[in-house]
This record gives sequence, structure tokens and C-alpha cells, in this order.
Amino acid sequence: MIRCQGVTKSYGEHATIGPIDLEIPTGGVTALVGPNGAGKSTLLTMIGRLLPLDAGTIEVCGHDVRATPSRKLAHVLSILRQENHISTRLTVRQLVGFGRFPHSQGRLTARDQQAVSDAIDFLDLAALEGRYLDELSGGQRQRAYVAMVLAQETEVLLLDEPLNNLDMQHSVAMMKQLDAAARELGRTVVIVLHDINFAARYADRICAMKDGRVVEYGPSAEIMRADVLTRVFDTDVQVIDGPDGPLAVYY
Amino acid sequence: MAGAADGREMFAITRVPRTIALVLAGAAMSMSGLVMQLITQNRFVEPTTTGTTEWAGLGLIAVMVLFPGASLMARMGAAIGAAFLGTLVFFAFLRQVRLRSSLIVPIIGMMLGAVVSSVSTFIALQFDALQILGVWFAGSFTSILKGQYEILWIVALVVVAVFIAADRFTVAGLGEEVATTVGVDYQKVVLLGTGLIAIATGVVTVVVGALPFLGLIVPNIVSLVRGDDLRSNLPWVCLLGIAIVTACDLLGRLIIMPFEVPVSLILGIVGAVVFVGLLLRQRARG
Amino acid sequence: MARTTLARAARPGATGPGDAAARVAAPQGAVSRAVGAFADRRAARRYAAFLGALALAAIALAWFTLAWDNPMEPGTRGFWLIAKLRATSLVVMAIVAVSQALATVAFQTVTDNRIITPSILGFESLYTAIQTTAVYLLGVSGVLVLQGTPQFLLQVALMVGLAVALYGTLLTGRRGNMQIMLLVGIVVGGGLGSVASFMRRLLSPSEFDVLAARMFGAVTNAQDEYIVPAIVLVALASALLLAGTRRLNVLAQGRDTAVNLGVDHRRGVLATLVLVSILIAVSTALVGPMTFFGFLVAALTYQAAGTHDHRYVLPMAALLGFVVLAGAYAVMNHVFSAQGVVSIIIELVGGTAFLLVILRKGRL
Repeated sequence: MIRCQGVTKSYGEHATIGPIDLEIPTGGVTALVGPNGAGKSTLLTMIGRLLPLDAGTIEVCGHDVRATPSRKLAHVLSILRQENHISTRLTVRQLVGFGRFPHSQGRLTARDQQAVSDAIDFLDLAALEGRYLDELSGGQRQRAYVAMVLAQETEVLLLDEPLNNLDMQHSVAMMKQLDAAARELGRTVVIVLHDINFAARYADRICAMKDGRVVEYGPSAEIMRADVLTRVFDTDVQVIDGPDGPLAVYY
Repeated sequence: MAGAADGREMFAITRVPRTIALVLAGAAMSMSGLVMQLITQNRFVEPTTTGTTEWAGLGLIAVMVLFPGASLMARMGAAIGAAFLGTLVFFAFLRQVRLRSSLIVPIIGMMLGAVVSSVSTFIALQFDALQILGVWFAGSFTSILKGQYEILWIVALVVVAVFIAADRFTVAGLGEEVATTVGVDYQKVVLLGTGLIAIATGVVTVVVGALPFLGLIVPNIVSLVRGDDLRSNLPWVCLLGIAIVTACDLLGRLIIMPFEVPVSLILGIVGAVVFVGLLLRQRARG
Repeated sequence: MARTTLARAARPGATGPGDAAARVAAPQGAVSRAVGAFADRRAARRYAAFLGALALAAIALAWFTLAWDNPMEPGTRGFWLIAKLRATSLVVMAIVAVSQALATVAFQTVTDNRIITPSILGFESLYTAIQTTAVYLLGVSGVLVLQGTPQFLLQVALMVGLAVALYGTLLTGRRGNMQIMLLVGIVVGGGLGSVASFMRRLLSPSEFDVLAARMFGAVTNAQDEYIVPAIVLVALASALLLAGTRRLNVLAQGRDTAVNLGVDHRRGVLATLVLVSILIAVSTALVGPMTFFGFLVAALTYQAAGTHDHRYVLPMAALLGFVVLAGAYAVMNHVFSAQGVVSIIIELVGGTAFLLVILRKGRL
């Protein structure tokens, strides 16, 4: 469970975020959507304590992210940013192994090795686990990063646009894997998405942001309405019935 | 001075040349910095933060050691050639790497400068010219006399050329693809810019010495005050460059009279302070 | 907390390409899949072999330094007396190698920048400025004034103090920025350097000669009495650095990943930088500036080690540093009889390595 109360953040001269009040229940997939510059990624990185907040509180599973030691939070939440650059040369398995750092401080036990193997298998990376990251395609690398935060075995998983750089096939596979992580492993997944239709298909809840505020929040079916989406994205959006639920059409 | 019998002559031999040298060197070095900043699209480069000055010094010392009796023209040719080569190395490096931060560029440049000057130091040490090397690198207008400074007029041509070609440098700075799209020959423009920088740096290094950070702080101050419109900034960059060099020269003459502190030392300290100020300003804006 | 392990979960239905291969490769025992510092056994064997070769080379060079041209029979009392004198320079080389190598690797890791050396951040300029000021104010005897253990420790303290002030103010706070810290360091170093070079101009040639000897790193610059305090400081800082290698591995992954994994990034970086500054300050105060030696050693080590893990990288860097330094001295001393230029040769080779590294394609 994630609870934000009166969260604000200002940066630059004009851009401000908040105040945001938001409660994300345990379990399931929550998608953060909204136009560019709405503050989705900023909110996510603040929840993941990578960015300090100006005011307000954020609690993740009862821990205040400002007051709780970072080391303790690493057992509760894991966050993956949009851009990851790694200057050291690592194999997939070495990278995923870093996900176990909070548990073993770098001394991997048999239990840690098992968790690493499981995360790698979960993302279908077993055949690639000995390969170096710089030898992989963008999509494979992205899966390796997700495997790392998965191996961290935290209740909350925060992902900033994990579908970036992925083609259609890999995007679908990634969303199915995240969906499985939420449903089968009982994780709480919060994900920033650009494509509203991915959110409609895979997210249980959609949180729509605009100009630094949360403007709509609720079960996906409630947000996937023409009037709501038109208001959020400032574009004419129609919603039609697709084979797997509502589809937004805005072309 | 003018009242004394030989005052007028003295004035013509020392003061006039010194003033002209100040004007030419100040304008040329600040223009060089501007050209570099346009081509690299990076606010923190100029001949001393990219190793160009050190390359010029290396060329100079190599000629002095190999041909002790080399003429002023030969020395200058070597300095210009080395500066040209070194600047090309730096630009080649910039095109090789993808940078995470624009601040990496001057870091690399100054590392490169340190490498090059360690080579110069090595040569100087081998030939017992270490102290002389130090004198060369310390830019000063003390020794500017009639009959020795005239060569500096070359850099006036550089300044004029920059005025003419400035727009092309801006386009080249947007990258090879953009430049080609709008019909500018990227390679040619970069070579032209490098050549102008090398000539200005080489000539000024040989006649006056190093003028550290001048090319960095002048364009930055001008664009802080006047915004980024290049065309209308050009004359201001010229004038401010001249003003700063002249002020530093005066300060150097007054600070521990009757001795003269070389202008490069004053500029080095003033420039470093302004540079750090610009960096902290960038930091404050996030 | 619902923390079902992955093992119990069914694999999701749809999968990406390469899946068929994955299914074949996946059912291996967990033990054979264990993650280590090396990508595979071959890399581990290569590392071990190279480390062994370096150790042998180090021993051979040490023996060579002690025994070469030693007029006495090996084993006799006279032999050991002469060897003892030479052993001092071996110890100095070991101190310099360990401190420069460990400091450079750790510095490059926490600054996430493999083309920079800690020496350039004003340490050497400060050292040069101190030496020059002493000679400027006190003449030739100025060099003597700076000799003695308290003076040595004071110089180290000044250099560490400058570094801590720089890192502390520029790296902490909400707007802490690594690149700006590096740039300010270099600019401050340049400023100190130009003040020093102005003072040098005012020296008489004889004063200048005395000073010039101190301006280039040379093992012979080291005074016997500094060796014990230098060993203590270097051993302490190295031990702390080696104890924190696992955390250093995480810091190398960048701020976001480190924070996500629960490592206090800022504190980790600051602590590492303080240790780095101690190592570099000791080395500089002991033998003088050596700007690119650490860079050379670090660049070679990255090529040779074949692992990201600092538990393996750091020891190899230290050993490699010693072999390079002792090797250069052995060759220059006994083959070319040109001991004075050793450090400058190393600097030139290191500088060339720097050029090659920056001209190779990469991202920084």
C-alpha cells in the first residue's frame, strides 16, 4: 500500500507538482498515465525515494520514505528508472545478482542464487544469462533490468516506462510478465505508461495525471471513457469496444 | 612622459605597441573561444580547456629545441601547426563519444592539456629549458615593443573571418546531419574554424603567451547579459575581451609596483573565479 | 507481506524470442548457475593466471633490484647490507603503487568516469605550490624546512583538507553534482598551478634547480623517516577501501541503482573520496607528482582483470602498479642508466594511454 499526502515538488521556474493525495492499494497493477510533463515520472521517483519531496509525506507499506533508512526501504520497494546506463561490464546474471544486495550485502547465499535464477527464468533470460549486457538488444537489456528489481523480492515494484524502446511483441510480453508478477507473486506494481491502451488492457487501476496533479483515479474501466480521456489528454479521444475490453482511438 | 624630450619616442616604442597588442590579443582569444563554443555547442570550451594552448606550447618548445636559431615566423608556424593538430584531435574525440553531460567536455580537454604539457615539460627538462618554458607560458605584455608585435596583426584577420563565418559555425554546431541538410559543408566549416582558432592561439601564444579562460568567460558573460543572439553579440564579445585583457594588464602593473605581474596570472585567477561562478550558477539551476 | 517467491510461480504464457533456447538451457542446477565475479570459468582462470604472473614478476623485479650489480656474493652479510639500502626504494615503490592504483580505480568508480585521475584535482598543484612557496620565501634552504615527519604529515593534512572541503561543499546538498565538483577541482588546481609558476619565475636559477628536483615524482625524493607514517596511512586507507569493495561494486552501478539497492550513495561516495585523497596525498608528499601513473595502471587493469568486481580489480591494480613502477626503474636504472627520467617516461606512456582511451569509441 502506497499513501501520498500533500506531496509537492517544484523544480525549474514554473514546473510544480502537487499537492498530490493518492492511495494505491496492495496488489495488482496501477498505471500512471498522462500527457508529457504531467509529473508521472517525478511522482514515481519520489515514491521510490530517488528524488526528495518539498512537502508532504509518502508512505510505502507503512514506512515513511523520508524517515526510513534507505537500506530498510530496499526490502520493501524497488524502482527502475527509464534510462539506465551502466559503465561497468556485467553479464545478465551479475546484474540480476545485484538485486540481492539488500538481502546479503554482496555475499550471495544459495537462497540468493535461487532467487536470481528464478527471476531470470521468470523473464525468459536463462539462455542469455552468461551474456554481457552490451551484447544484448535494447529489449533484452530492459528485461534484464526488470529481472534485477524482481530478484529484489520487494512488495512494491515501481517501473518508469518499461515499454520504452520495446517493439510490439516485446511490449506485450513485458506487460504479461508484469501482470503475472502482480497476480502470481502478489507484488504491487506501479508503472508509468505512455500507451493508454496498454494501461486499459493490463492495469487494474489507472491514475491519470495532468499539470502536476492527479485528475482521475479509479478502476481502469471507469477511466476508459471518452469524456475522461479527452479531458486528460486535451485531444479528442473515442473509446470503442475491442476484443479484450475498451480501446481508446484518437488518431 | 609626453613632456620629456624623448617622451614621444618612448610612447611610440612601448605604449602604442602594447595597447595595440592588448586589443588584438584580447579580441582574438575571446573570438576563438566563441568559435569553439559554437562548433562544439558547449559553453565550457575554449583554447585553455581543450588543450589547444598546450599544443601550441608543445610546437613552440619542439622548434626551439630542434632548431635553436629558428626565426619568429618558424616558431609561430610550429605553434599554429601543433594547435591545429591538437584541436582536431579534440574535435575527433568529441565526435567519437556519446556524452552524458556537457561538463565532461572541459574535463577531458583539461586532462588532454595536462598530457600535452607533460610532454612539453619532459622536452624542456631534457634540454634544461624548464624555467624558460615557464616564462613563455606566462602571458605578458611587458616585452611588447615596436618591431616585435606587428605580427599580431594577423589575428585581426581572424577576427574579421569570424565575423563573416559566424552563422556557418552555428549551423555546424548543430551536427553534421543538420549542417548537410541546410547545405553547409560540415567538414570544411570545422576545418576553417579549427584553422582560425589555431592561428589566433598560435600567434598569441608566441608573441604574448597564454591568456587562460579569456575565451570562456567573455562569451558567457555577454550571453548572460544580452541573451543568445549571436549576430548582435559578436561586437560585444570583441569589446569585452579587449576590456578584460586591458583591465588585467593594468592591474598586473599596479598591484606590486614597480614590478609587473604577468597578465596570464591575473587572468588565470580572475578567469578561474568567474569559471567556478558560472559552474555554480549552472548547479543552482539544476 | 505477500512475498511469494518466484520459484513457486508459474511462468507467464507469452514470451519473447529466444524462448525455445531458454527452455533448453534453463533446467540446470542452481549451483552450476551460481553468479560470481567472473562471467565464466575461463575468465576466472585467466584472472588467476595473470595475477600469478604479476606476482612472479613482482618477486623477480624485487630480487633483481636487490641483487643486480650487487658486488657482494648473494647470501653474505655485505650483500644484505647493500640490499637493505635498495630495499628502501622497493618499499617506496610499493607504497606509491598501492596508493596510486587503488586511489585511481576507486576514484574512477565513484565518479563514474574512467578517463580522469584523482591527481588532477588540485593535489599536485597544492604540493607544487607549497614547495615553491617555501623556496620562494626561504631560498634554497626552503626545501630543507619542509623536511621532517611533522612537515610531511602537515602537507598530507593540507592536501586531504583541500580535497574534503571541495568534495564536501560541492557533492553534498541537494544540488550536489559530480561533474561540477570535478571541474571546480581542476580549475582550482590550475589556479594554484599558475600562482606557483609565477613564483618560480622569480627564483634564481640555483633555487630553481633545487625546486625542479622536487617537482617530478621520483622514488629518490622519499625520505627514510617518512616511510613508516606513509605505510601506516596507506595501509589504513587501503584496508578500509578493500573492506568496502562490495559497496563499491554497487556504487559503480550509478546513483539510482545504488539507492534502489539501499546504499546511501552520497555517503558512500564521500567516504571513498576521503580515502582516495589520503592515498594520493601520501603518495604525492612522499615522492612528488605522478599524474598519469594511476591512470595507466587503472586502464591496464580494466583490460586485464575481466571482471567488474572490485574485490578482484583492486588487488590486481596494486600488483600491476608495482610491476610497472619497479619494472620501469629496473630498466631505466640498469639498462639505460637514466634513473632521473623514470617517472616522466611513465607519465608519457600514461598520457599516450589516455589519448588512446579517449579516442576509442565509447560513452562518457
